[in-house]
Amino acid sequence: MASDKVKQLNDADFDAAIKSDQPTLVDFWAPWCGPCKAIGPVVEELADEFEGKVFIAKMNVDDNPVVPGKFGIRAIPTLIVFKSGEVVDQVTGAVGKSQLVELINKAL
Amino acid sequence: MKKNHYELIILGGGPAGLTAGLYASRARIDHVLIEKGAPGGQVLSTDWVDNYPGFPEGLSGFDLMEKMTSHAKRFDVNILTKEVASINLDNHESKKVIFSDESSITCDSLIICTGASPNKIGVPGEAELAGKGVSYCGTCDAPFYRNMHVAVIGGGDTAIEEADYLTRFASRVTIIHRRDELRATKILQEMAFANKKIDYIWNSRVTAIEGDKEVERLQLIDNDGNKSTFDVQGVFILIGITPNNDLLPLEQLNPDKWGFIQTDAETRTVIPGVFAAGDIRSKLMRQVVNACGEGANAVIAAEHYLVSAHK
Repeated sequence: MASDKVKQLNDADFDAAIKSDQPTLVDFWAPWCGPCKAIGPVVEELADEFEGKVFIAKMNVDDNPVVPGKFGIRAIPTLIVFKSGEVVDQVTGAVGKSQLVELINKAL
Repeated sequence: MKKNHYELIILGGGPAGLTAGLYASRARIDHVLIEKGAPGGQVLSTDWVDNYPGFPEGLSGFDLMEKMTSHAKRFDVNILTKEVASINLDNHESKKVIFSDESSITCDSLIICTGASPNKIGVPGEAELAGKGVSYCGTCDAPFYRNMHVAVIGGGDTAIEEADYLTRFASRVTIIHRRDELRATKILQEMAFANKKIDYIWNSRVTAIEGDKEVERLQLIDNDGNKSTFDVQGVFILIGITPNNDLLPLEQLNPDKWGFIQTDAETRTVIPGVFAAGDIRSKLMRQVVNACGEGANAVIAAEHYLVSAHK
């Protein structure tokens, strides 16, 4: 049940996507990562709930080496919330929905 | 209006929960399985499962859990993706599950399959550098350590399996263990000792993880009290598990001293109609194979309870 509200970003379109003053949550993941799979449905739910307020996106770290390297990502899933191009905060691991809502609220 | 009472609620979607769901659905028990994310549990992070019978070639933990999930779905297991905030067992006739959005549902019987999570070591730097060189999942994060030197802390099955997996990417893997021998299954030890990329620091433990933006070094102390510094670019902490019991009214469930729930041989807890299966249960061995067995058993025990309670 892939939500079409979650956009897949890549190295080329990433910078433009996070520039907005509307917050952006990016889920850095890979297809072989179990906890990434586990958290997937939660990220999709957030995309529904925060539609119009927060831009929810994913980035496959296998296909996109540049951006994850730039942000020093060494574990997945890592979820980073951006505002106006800056990192507001981040979490690592398959955390619960309430923790992700908390993360997003820091940027709202 | 949404349904708010079930004969059976299954809490958690790992091997125990999914098997319980399968058996409950086939028994036509009115049930719901609650899981906060996608089903699978800890096994999702297991690189390779070589000891689950029926798969003679072995398979990845990820694939095994995909198969278990689709097996459950084939029998229409009712899976609800929702985050649980707490469980209220004060009323034995109507056990209550409260969600993080403050809504709730109740049930006649409850099977607790909340599983366990990796332990932390609790040293300075661990939390600060989590995701920046500190990892709890080798299969997730190994590819970030290509041609680097990493440490693995621990000496059990998971630590040794993950150390071996890490050598596919890292140039060198150092196992740091507090004892002078490994606790892992012998076949895993043989594999590790034969792997030339793995070396060992025995009788030692980590007292701090240090680094500016990323992990750079560990502070170690050996069992004689000698301190040393060890340079690494990553550290994988694989020192056993802690029960996922935060949501439970633990004092009512007769936990063992580590917080796992004690049951009788039929998975019954001290509260009538409440059962525990899988890693959350107090027991000697925690493997997929017995988690599944306990999940199935718990459903039959719950069915007996439902029949006798409704008489």
